Amino acid sequence: MSVEPGTTILPPETAAATARAQDRHPPMISARGVRKKIGAQEILRGVDLDVAAGETLAVIGRSGAGKSVLLKHCIGLMHPDAGEVLIDGQNIVDLNERELATIRQKVGILFQGAALFDSMTVAENIAFPLREAGEKNAETIRGKVREMLEVMELEGEEEKMPVNLSGGMKKRVGLARAIVRRPSCILYDEPTSGLDPVVSDSINRLIRRLQKRYGVTSVVVTHDMKSAFDVADRIAYLHEGQIYFHGTAAELQQSTDPLLQDFLLGRSEEDRLPSPGAIASSSP
Amino acid sequence: MTRLFNALGGAVVRLIQYLGEVVLLAADTFRSIFTHRIRWKLFLVQVVEIGLLSQLVVVITGGFTGAVFAAQTFFQFNKIGMGSAVGAVVSVAILRELGPVLTALMVTGRVGAAMSAEIGTMKVTEQIDALRALAVYPVDYLVVPRALAMMLSVPLLVAECTAVGIAASYFVAVYMLEIDPTYFVANMVRWTRNRDIIMALTKAFCFGLLIVFISCHKGLTTREGAVGVGRATTEAVVNGSLAVLISNFFLTMTLNIVYPAGYQ
Repeated sequence: MSVEPGTTILPPETAAATARAQDRHPPMISARGVRKKIGAQEILRGVDLDVAAGETLAVIGRSGAGKSVLLKHCIGLMHPDAGEVLIDGQNIVDLNERELATIRQKVGILFQGAALFDSMTVAENIAFPLREAGEKNAETIRGKVREMLEVMELEGEEEKMPVNLSGGMKKRVGLARAIVRRPSCILYDEPTSGLDPVVSDSINRLIRRLQKRYGVTSVVVTHDMKSAFDVADRIAYLHEGQIYFHGTAAELQQSTDPLLQDFLLGRSEEDRLPSPGAIASSSP
Repeated sequence: MTRLFNALGGAVVRLIQYLGEVVLLAADTFRSIFTHRIRWKLFLVQVVEIGLLSQLVVVITGGFTGAVFAAQTFFQFNKIGMGSAVGAVVSVAILRELGPVLTALMVTGRVGAAMSAEIGTMKVTEQIDALRALAVYPVDYLVVPRALAMMLSVPLLVAECTAVGIAASYFVAVYMLEIDPTYFVANMVRWTRNRDIIMALTKAFCFGLLIVFISCHKGLTTREGAVGVGRATTEAVVNGSLAVLISNFFLTMTLNIVYPAGYQ
């Protein structure tokens, strides 16, 4: 099956299933015709995407496809040039920073580099959102930090500074900080990038555990296919600034679209085997 | 020729845009001070960083400036038999000009550079985005405590710098140049007025604000990784120093109308 770039491959039965899922759960996050230009380059060219409440969507795509840019639009860290971004039904595009604060309490984000505050210890990083939300009771804060350390398997690391943590530990602390206020939605920006396969697997398990334990809506931006298949209910493939494919992991694997196949198999265009017909026609 | 005008026009537009951004940051900061929670703990941390840790720099600057100024004034004035006027000249000059300007330049180099480097590093490592994502407005968290600490610390540092400068000039004049201490002090007290002290503190307050907004703006607009942080730090120091020197002229001319110099 060959598909024009920019077309969303959605088999009729999948579209119906998605529609049914969205009937049950109204979308927690919606992007409607989102366009974004950075400098002269048009990064997003009309992205339409719905993430139903409670589901986990993996956004995959090649490096530079605009995945992180799309994710930052979902929490108002970037503003689109055109289109709408709705969080829990509210359009956040025209909100200013102070108005966005209310929305951001519903959404947590794990940054690609974890973005820990390097002047604070692990415990202070995790406690930061609680303190900023006005929590004054030291015992309550300690209790919640302890719970997060336990969930993230970071017991005993609370007094370490971020500079003394490994990549995987930083991501777990970043995740603990993102979820300590129990947001209803978590955004993950490349949660397994730069980590070895074992640590990556532990992060994937953590994402699944959070889904089960807190029932949060998740958007995972990644180009790690194992991670996407492990954690996602649905997968969206972002290509040239548009959603090129949107479906389940099984549908993605069954797809014969060369672009998707190349991505799944990690194959560059030069490595693609010519078809037997092409070989026959080119032979003397 | 057209290209030259285009380049000049572009530079002027960029300058106006830059000044506008700094003014907007200042307006946002004052709005935040009056309408949102102030983080007093961060304010105290900044007072220590700006005020306490600048002591040595300010004392050395004030002390040696007062000492050398007293010596130079004596060398010139003594030729016309006015050596005893050294106290008055040094006191008024340090209060009205040298104390505020030199302190502000030292604070720009020490504190302004640190502010832009710290905030700039936070920007390029996504820590500012993390603050925003955690529903914390960066101006409230980063700029307000620093601005308040500068408003308090710089006038105190200027007061310290001028006091040390005058004390050093007394030491040099009396013990090294053998000026009669009675005449030195009498002339100093006669010619130094409260309005000179007010002028010093007013200038200090204004310089403090200029330095903090220029440095924080540079930090908040840092781009392009480590190179960008280095560039932002350098620009913060250069722009801050230039702003202090240029604004000092206009402040002097304006404040002299309200607080005229001399014995009146």
